[in-house]
Amino acid sequence: MIVAVVVGFVLGLLAPLVVRVARNGTGWITGLVPIGLFAYFASFLNRIQAGETLFFPYPWLSPLGIGLSFRLDGLSLLFALLITGIGTFVCLYSAGYLAGHPDLGKFYGALFAFMASMLGLVLSDNLVALFVFWELTSVTSYLLIGFDSEREAARRAALQALLVTGAGGLALLAAFVLMQQAAGSFEIAILVERSPDLRTSPLYAAIIFLVLTGAATKSAQFPFHFWLPNAMEAPTPVSTYLHAATMVKGGVYLLARLSPVLGGTDLWRDWLIPLGTVTMLTGAWLSLVQVDLKRILAHTTVGALGACVLLIGMGTQGSLQACMVFLLAHGLYKGSLFLVAGIVDHETGTRNAADLGRLGRAMPLTCIGALLAALSSAGVYPFLGFLGKELLYESTLVGFTPVLLAPCAVAAGIAFAGMGAVVGVRPFFSAQGRFSGQPHDPSPGMWVGPVLLGMVGLLFGLFHGPLHSALITPAVRSCILQAGDIPTPSWHGLDVKLALSALSLLMGGALYWKWSALRGRLCRWRNVGRYGPAAGYDHALCLLEAFARRQTRFFQSGRLNVYLIIVICTAVALLACALVRDNISFSDLVLQRWADVKTYEAVIAAILLTATVVTVRAQSMLVAVVALGVVGYCVAVVYLLFSAPDVAMTQFAIETLSVILLMVVLLRLPRLRTFSTSRQRLRDALVAVSAGLITTLLVLVVTTQARNPKLADFYARNSLVLAKGRNVVNVILVDFRGFDTLGEITVLAVAAIGVYSLVKLGSHRDRIPEGPPFGGEARGDDVSP
Amino acid sequence: MNNALPLVIAIPMITAVISLLGRHRPGMQKGVGLAGSLALLSTSIAILAGVLLEGILSVQIGNWPAPYGITLVADVLSSLLTLVAAVVVLLVSIASWTEIDPDRVAFGYHPLLHILTMGICGSFLTGDVFNLYVWFEVMLISSFVLLGFGGERAQLEGTTKYVTLNLLSSTLFLAGIGVLYGTFGTLNMADLALQLRGPTHAHLAETLATLFLLAFGIKAAVFPLFFWLPASYHTPPVPVSAVFAGLLTKVGIYALVRFFTLIFSGDAAVMHRIILVLAAFTMVVGILGALPQRDFRRIVSFNLISHIGTLLVGLGIFTPLALAGTVFYLMHDIVTKTCLFLFTSIVQRLGGCADIGKLGGLYRSHPFMALLFLLAALSVGGIPPLSGFWGKLILVQAGIAEKEYWLVAAVFGAGFLTLYSMSTLWSEVFWKDRPEAIGDPECECVGRTFLPLSLVTPIGILVFLIVVMGIWPSPFFHLAELAARQLSDPQMYIQKILQGKP
Repeated sequence: MIVAVVVGFVLGLLAPLVVRVARNGTGWITGLVPIGLFAYFASFLNRIQAGETLFFPYPWLSPLGIGLSFRLDGLSLLFALLITGIGTFVCLYSAGYLAGHPDLGKFYGALFAFMASMLGLVLSDNLVALFVFWELTSVTSYLLIGFDSEREAARRAALQALLVTGAGGLALLAAFVLMQQAAGSFEIAILVERSPDLRTSPLYAAIIFLVLTGAATKSAQFPFHFWLPNAMEAPTPVSTYLHAATMVKGGVYLLARLSPVLGGTDLWRDWLIPLGTVTMLTGAWLSLVQVDLKRILAHTTVGALGACVLLIGMGTQGSLQACMVFLLAHGLYKGSLFLVAGIVDHETGTRNAADLGRLGRAMPLTCIGALLAALSSAGVYPFLGFLGKELLYESTLVGFTPVLLAPCAVAAGIAFAGMGAVVGVRPFFSAQGRFSGQPHDPSPGMWVGPVLLGMVGLLFGLFHGPLHSALITPAVRSCILQAGDIPTPSWHGLDVKLALSALSLLMGGALYWKWSALRGRLCRWRNVGRYGPAAGYDHALCLLEAFARRQTRFFQSGRLNVYLIIVICTAVALLACALVRDNISFSDLVLQRWADVKTYEAVIAAILLTATVVTVRAQSMLVAVVALGVVGYCVAVVYLLFSAPDVAMTQFAIETLSVILLMVVLLRLPRLRTFSTSRQRLRDALVAVSAGLITTLLVLVVTTQARNPKLADFYARNSLVLAKGRNVVNVILVDFRGFDTLGEITVLAVAAIGVYSLVKLGSHRDRIPEGPPFGGEARGDDVSP
Repeated sequence: MNNALPLVIAIPMITAVISLLGRHRPGMQKGVGLAGSLALLSTSIAILAGVLLEGILSVQIGNWPAPYGITLVADVLSSLLTLVAAVVVLLVSIASWTEIDPDRVAFGYHPLLHILTMGICGSFLTGDVFNLYVWFEVMLISSFVLLGFGGERAQLEGTTKYVTLNLLSSTLFLAGIGVLYGTFGTLNMADLALQLRGPTHAHLAETLATLFLLAFGIKAAVFPLFFWLPASYHTPPVPVSAVFAGLLTKVGIYALVRFFTLIFSGDAAVMHRIILVLAAFTMVVGILGALPQRDFRRIVSFNLISHIGTLLVGLGIFTPLALAGTVFYLMHDIVTKTCLFLFTSIVQRLGGCADIGKLGGLYRSHPFMALLFLLAALSVGGIPPLSGFWGKLILVQAGIAEKEYWLVAAVFGAGFLTLYSMSTLWSEVFWKDRPEAIGDPECECVGRTFLPLSLVTPIGILVFLIVVMGIWPSPFFHLAELAARQLSDPQMYIQKILQGKP
């Protein structure tokens, strides 16, 4: 089983090679992969029909309960057959549609990767594995929508699809982890058993909401439906495969798969039924105002997906049966219609429904496929579409609030019938046609898809008994906990649903005949989308960009002094809070020890402070350097007073050297000038003083504590005895902690290399910048745009 | 096996010295660098194997017993990071063959790179707080020279900001060490851990923890201390920024993890809360910073910051699972960030500049490189089944288990924006048609088509690692879990070092 899933990814990598070798036979060779998989899955039909559920577990990340466990039951089998079956025709079709395209190899690569991901999605029994494939379908969809990557519209549509489905994917991941948290497993089979735990969990509402968000983004439910029509930027085979027949049904699949786990509650129904209904109506309504063949189809797809969600939301045996039949019928006729739209586009160069006509005689084979699909879409007896619609109406009639739902379903049915005909009938039989070129039937690889898919729709409609027992009934069983007998739908004579069917067919016909006239009136509604969620998406993106820009300008201002102020203020604030949490008593530290201060200490401190102030306030470089020297010497004196003569000596030496060096360097620079305003200087002073105060406080705290003399004692005791040295400090430096010294010597060596190369390499290239590149308030290179 | 530990520091040092001696012979430097990196790699593999077989390894330098002399110690985390660092250094030094100009090589690029490695490895292995400071200084000074030399104007400016803010970090670190020594009279990490767990010394623990949080926070580029990173990382030659991005900030993260699991883990609930808040802000502010950028390396730099936040999430949640998540994500992040930074070289070679507005068309002209970039970018975006996904999944699982829902929301928000940022890069640099190069004097935008193998191979290996970690995560998770187990139970570490006597 894992081979069946993974083979697509491997072949995806090889696809460019295959395309190069096979040339004209590309379609037929690549088509072998999905047809082979179709045969493989079809071989399970008997066992599944007998009620078996097959599990194929493979370990993956077992400690976290993550496995590549695949499950084949009615639902997965239905989807797997749909994916591989339609995939076969799409492979055949693409070779003709994109013949001679330089990226055909990459196209097949992405297509195979998508097919593999989709198979993985419908076969996974582990939620994490399911999520992995779910995201992979989003990514491959992104790559395929943006296939014509030079066009900006294609890139934008790809990004939109990625962001919408990506956001939904994150919601889904959160839902899955919450489910694992509540029920202790990622395995769907186990979750089904523990579904009472889930339903009573306090997380239940959050889980439902997040799962719905994920499913709604994938299956283009309101208010996320807008990405699907925009995704029509993709090449037509991609629209057929991903955005009509398979990927967009992923959300529906997920809801069906999880309905035994999460479904059947009031909350489930209260969310899903309105969601499905609103989406169904939105899709149906928006399809009326389109003229582009593919966009018409995309909107009716949205409507059909809404109907599926509505049916799953009802959650009865009958409604799930309706859902499965409708879904299969839709996959077949919508796939066919999309392929037809692609052929028409390919031959005439236009997809504008108003401009097309009289193609029937020029392309008879395409016309047959289109007619079969349009009739199925309209729900004409005996096509499978008829059965799907009957069952849909029946579910709305017997289910919840039929007064509300049945008219909605009929309205959608009218749109599906009418607009299906606009795409599938009008281009072939309408009297007027405005296009250039000599259209004719395309190569067999291209027309075989629509014709066969249309025929399958007819055959399934005629012989729906075997279809039910083989595919539909097992699929319904896997969505329902205790399934009773699932009856094969049969002729009930004249009843309400038949009347509704007839009504929607009549009204659909009327819509078709009057479409040209209605269109003018409807066109003024075409801009309705401007106020819809699509506009919300654009606004959100703009706002995000603007916010990001402002925020980044604020933080990454390019000014070193601002950076320093932010860092120091953060440090001071956090340290102050920490000192408070440590219960440091200010009075203990300062007031009680005030008496210990000796006079000479006070004098030194006073000199030190004065010199510091002078350094900062000095108007001339010379004064500043000298004052800085005084600060250094005072520190050395402090060392002396606290009995560290060796440190004091070092300090004296370094201070003297640095004063001399500073003199040499600084005196060559121009005079000091003031760039900052007095307010800025006040701000800087406050920051500096607060940092100084915190440091002082820290030092005071530390000096009040009794130090553990363990280390000092050890060094003093063993310096002569074990390390054979009289000078303890030396012994520490070169023996006890000689390793530190090694590091410090390295630092010195690197500093030497650094100075040498900075000066030499700079002059060598003659690229030393003139003047200081980083003035006080100067904004440098790292300003954000 | 214990005695192999100092080798990890000695090998890069010796490599640096030899290659400094032969600094006028670039061919010899390549050979020495390669040999040294390979030696380091094999040593670190041996050490990791030793740790897995024998448990924690340690050695006392100069044989002075534990709290008095300096300790080198390797647990799973240390040895794992040393290994990853060795891989990165090896690959970057290979990439440097063609990506570093002869001038910089003549003025000691290779020795500096190995000194930097010495500092990084020393930081991972030391068990002594002051010794850690020394290694930090070694890293700082060598990274300072690597950043600055060449003396281009933008470089010098970036270097100034880098050094100033990092010196502030060193100051805080040193202040922390001062307070630590003043309070406990010891510098050995295990000894400190023991004393801070003792009944007598809760005094000043919060202040000390804050000092080290700040010092390492600056090093790791945590919000709001990260400014030096976007100011400097786009200026030096590409391999330099690649090794910085891969390893330098991660040393800061390592130090935070070490200190806040071993030393300040007692009842530092407030500190962990602060870390969580900082992590959330780092993730979100970092990735928002990436959105307005137009320069390839700056975009990646801000992504780097954002994922530093992700790394901190596990430390903040502080359960074994969360720590395992951090360790896993750490491995992923080192590999992917090095890879993305090295990609700048590819992009600059092919497109002539790094401004994404002026680039384009690489998808059509170089589909294989496009595939490699796509995999790396998707991994950064957390798309399964690549390395970035698993780390994030573990962190999310740990976060939800601890009911930190707002934090999980921040992780997801940042993940979403990362995906956005990565798809922008992909769309602009690879998908979009190449805009007609308008006469811009700054950037001639004339790309070459030649890609040296010494650049493509390291990138290929890194992407391979990303994919392997993605589709075969269990061995990596096993290591991460072992590391996390040792981190959450420091008793073993303490006993190993102090041998039972305090």
